[in-house]
Amino acid sequence: MTKGECQADVEIKNADGLHMRPAMQFVDVASAYESEITVSNTEDSVDGKSIMQMSMLAATCGTKLRIVAEGTDAEQAITALQELVEDRMFDEPPPKGKKKKK
Amino acid sequence: MKFADFMCFEAVIPQLKADDRDGAIKELVDAIEKAGRLDSTNSAQIAQAVIKRENEASTGLGKAVAVPHVKHPAVKKIVGAVGQCPGGIDFSALDKQPVYSVIILLSPVDDPDRHLQAMEKIFRNLQQDMFRKFLRQSQTAAQIKDLFLEADEDPAI
Repeated sequence: MTKGECQADVEIKNADGLHMRPAMQFVDVASAYESEITVSNTEDSVDGKSIMQMSMLAATCGTKLRIVAEGTDAEQAITALQELVEDRMFDEPPPKGKKKKK
Repeated sequence: MKFADFMCFEAVIPQLKADDRDGAIKELVDAIEKAGRLDSTNSAQIAQAVIKRENEASTGLGKAVAVPHVKHPAVKKIVGAVGQCPGGIDFSALDKQPVYSVIILLSPVDDPDRHLQAMEKIFRNLQQDMFRKFLRQSQTAAQIKDLFLEADEDPAI
């Protein structure tokens, strides 16, 4: 297996943003992969497998985050995390008045 | 956001009487209510909601600290408080270690962005070894207040 690097820019779409419970979901998904996961906003880059660090991002609804994965399963990790954030929206509702896209 | 924007320093408890999780949560919510930052008719309900939230998933994220919190319709303005438990409390923390510092945060339901900003402020500081160390060593409410206000002035954080 070759080491790969993969990244994606995602937008937080659930109304309540990346509060603790979604952050825990993110950490759970990220931790299932061997790759190192780094999540960045405009100010900080944090370890996507650390719940304390993820709680520091204060990613409100509409915030854009960059997720970078480095490792043998980087591509799969990015696919799963992007799906969690943008498609499943952490199983939470979008802001009132906005319909879930796709 | 600064600590001074949401922390209720009149509700800082340097030595919690409670030696269990639920007792600590009730004590802190009571203190916030006594400080006049809550509608007193709702404080028991709010404490119960914090405990319910805690039962769903522990907010003891490790490093001997816990951040119990809830968004509740009876909370009109975001408010936080701190309690220290020198004997340690079992918070069912992720690392299974006892918790010595409890920061509670009560938020209105309709302002998720400010809730996240307050959480960011709390965790940004709790990530700092020195902040946690000084918090744990604080003996008085005044020392704890000074620690938080100094953190507000730290340009590096």
